[in-house]
Amino acid sequence: MSNTQPPIPKWFPKDGKFDIEIIQKGFNSYGHTKFLGMDYVDSGDDWLELSIDWREELVADEQSGIMASAAIISLLDNATSLAIFKKMGTFKPQATMDMRVDYLRASPKGARVYGRGECYKLTSKIAFMRGIAHNGDMDDPIAHVTGTFIQTSLSQFMTGMAK
Amino acid sequence: MSMLYDYKLPPYARALGMNIDGAEDGVPIITMPFSDNVIGRPGFLHGGAMAGLLEIAAMASLYAALDKRGQKYSVKQVNVTVDFMRGGANHMSYAIGKVNRLGRQLANVEAEIWQEDRKRIICAAQMHYMVKLEE
Repeated sequence: MSNTQPPIPKWFPKDGKFDIEIIQKGFNSYGHTKFLGMDYVDSGDDWLELSIDWREELVADEQSGIMASAAIISLLDNATSLAIFKKMGTFKPQATMDMRVDYLRASPKGARVYGRGECYKLTSKIAFMRGIAHNGDMDDPIAHVTGTFIQTSLSQFMTGMAK
Repeated sequence: MSMLYDYKLPPYARALGMNIDGAEDGVPIITMPFSDNVIGRPGFLHGGAMAGLLEIAAMASLYAALDKRGQKYSVKQVNVTVDFMRGGANHMSYAIGKVNRLGRQLANVEAEIWQEDRKRIICAAQMHYMVKLEE
């Protein structure tokens, strides 16, 4: 690849320590997370919740105004990957290996969408995750996700040769 | 492509710069340029943006298949499984869907993304949709 090494983002911790305050401030400062307007909501030992607001640009169908399912995938991708860092307590570069999302119902026009990710098992290389998306009531989910992440080296992370 | 459905890309797809650009065996190819809006880790596509491109391509292929039936259907996505195989680099991305089975109420569709090399797939997905004949 001929392109120059991209800059390491500001929130990328130099000492490898995963600091939730740095994430709160920085993870949505550029790129796709900024486009979606992702916000940090809350977190625990092995889970983390983010949210995005409904807006015209994010809809799948102009007539109904329902949120695009892919925006919900992105939300769950980020929430689960940050949940893994939260559980590890360190920031180790990782790549999404696979995700399965079941769409339980549509997210209606105007409704804020929350994505809660949980890391329920860590091995030396693989993180197993699951999560749900909802509109504020976790008992009435929009979508359910399961998937795996694989840890990579920093150089792999920066060059895209994760696997 | 589709006459019956007059398929237009939804606002989400247009906001990410997606476009319909040509076809393979009558199935539309969807493109997505590399831009700030689709970056995940620095220099690479966000997994969610790749999944989004796959969902749009799958939907377009399903509408193309439904169009051949000559009757109007409503479509509802049930689920998706995405496999991420390579990082998406700073290039144009192309995606196409393939309808593996289209029954009376269920469609099984897959989709794939490539960049500079058509044979080098960077991300693929399988989806299920409920299809319902409109009254």
